[in-house]
Amino acid sequence: MKPPIFEYASPLTVAEAVSLLASRNGNAKVISGGQSLMPMLAFRLAAPELLVDLKHLKDLGAIRIGEDGVRLGARVRWCDIESDARLAVSHPLLAEAIKHVAHYQIRNRGTVGGSVAHADPSAEMPGIAMTCDAQMKIVGSAGTRIEAAADFFTGPLQTSLEQDEILTEVHLPAWPAARRWAFLEFARRKGDFAMAGVALYYDLDSGSRITDAHIGAIGVADRPIRLTEAEAVLNGNQMSDKLIAAASAKARQSIDPPSDIHAPGAYRAALVATLLGRGLKKSAA
Amino acid sequence: MQIEFNLNGQAVSADVEPRTTLADCIRNDFGQTGTHLACEHGVCGACTVLVNGEAVRSCLLLAVQVQNDKVVTIEGLSGDELTPLQAAFRKHHALQCGFCTPGFITTAHALLSHEPDADEDRIRDVLSGNLCRCSGYVPIVEAVLEARSSYRDSGSK
Repeated sequence: MKPPIFEYASPLTVAEAVSLLASRNGNAKVISGGQSLMPMLAFRLAAPELLVDLKHLKDLGAIRIGEDGVRLGARVRWCDIESDARLAVSHPLLAEAIKHVAHYQIRNRGTVGGSVAHADPSAEMPGIAMTCDAQMKIVGSAGTRIEAAADFFTGPLQTSLEQDEILTEVHLPAWPAARRWAFLEFARRKGDFAMAGVALYYDLDSGSRITDAHIGAIGVADRPIRLTEAEAVLNGNQMSDKLIAAASAKARQSIDPPSDIHAPGAYRAALVATLLGRGLKKSAA
Repeated sequence: MQIEFNLNGQAVSADVEPRTTLADCIRNDFGQTGTHLACEHGVCGACTVLVNGEAVRSCLLLAVQVQNDKVVTIEGLSGDELTPLQAAFRKHHALQCGFCTPGFITTAHALLSHEPDADEDRIRDVLSGNLCRCSGYVPIVEAVLEARSSYRDSGSK
């Protein structure tokens, strides 16, 4: 369980970090908190020539809240989100979801950018990015680009990041004060990866009808996904037990989760339906 | 690579390979073997140390990443006498083989230093990242609950 041999650099600017990445043709890897990468190195699932540590890039550690939403720098840690009281109002769904991430010691090191770039299909932050139509800010040799979460996650532990690119910021669009929401997940032990999880939000129009429903699910596909068919069941209707049952049934039919040692696919599909039903009830309470 | 940091109140330096974890550095370069290594991939919590006052897993941190930082291990928490937290572990039989104990003590110390009024739910939440295979967790939680008063009295240590 010892990591393979690699070189280490801790550049002082993003530009320097990008040029270090570009110099190694895909054999360099970014490290910050290292809470996902270090286990991969220990298991030798990753064996980069060079680690580029973002530790000196303090600017990437800021949480910026403005009229256009919440901007999380890539180096923002789970404990930073947990202790930022503004987020209970500015983005309660994010604040709730992040309570479920990992354990105390890991929360002191693990980062937003690391989780999103690692793209574990059952991780909370990628799920929130996907659910909330987040915009990813990415810096590379060719300059800066913005990419929608829906295009960013491309497969299991795979993203659209190029070899010489760094994710620097995750932008969650503004959160209306009256918005309804819920986040629920199930894990055998709190803090462990979820067998499945559901994030949802919607707004109500003047007739108390649901508009702009967003439902995201984690742990049920090769990447975080939106349950668009279940969203369509909700949109334009008033919340009721019947509607909740219909949306849950649609969610269950619309996914085909993989089976693994933790749970069969059919169990995960049933779990999503249950979590969605509970979440919708909670959001309406 | 040459690194310098503060280990248990002493300025130290070492020449380490970049791949050396902080845990291996503390144990092998400085002979402080109170930091225990079990899973070596961030699951068990036995290797928990404090970096700048925060509890972190030293197997998930490279030694080169703590340049100029302040690292405290189980050795740095007490002198010849047991601390009130350690005494509470002894009183409540919160350890049997003792392998996981340094990780529990460092984690609970960090928690109570920041949150001396942590309730049982919070204590259980925080300790969920540490595995103990012999005592069971009830006495550990009881010990930490009892130790809270000493952190309230003395402020954070």
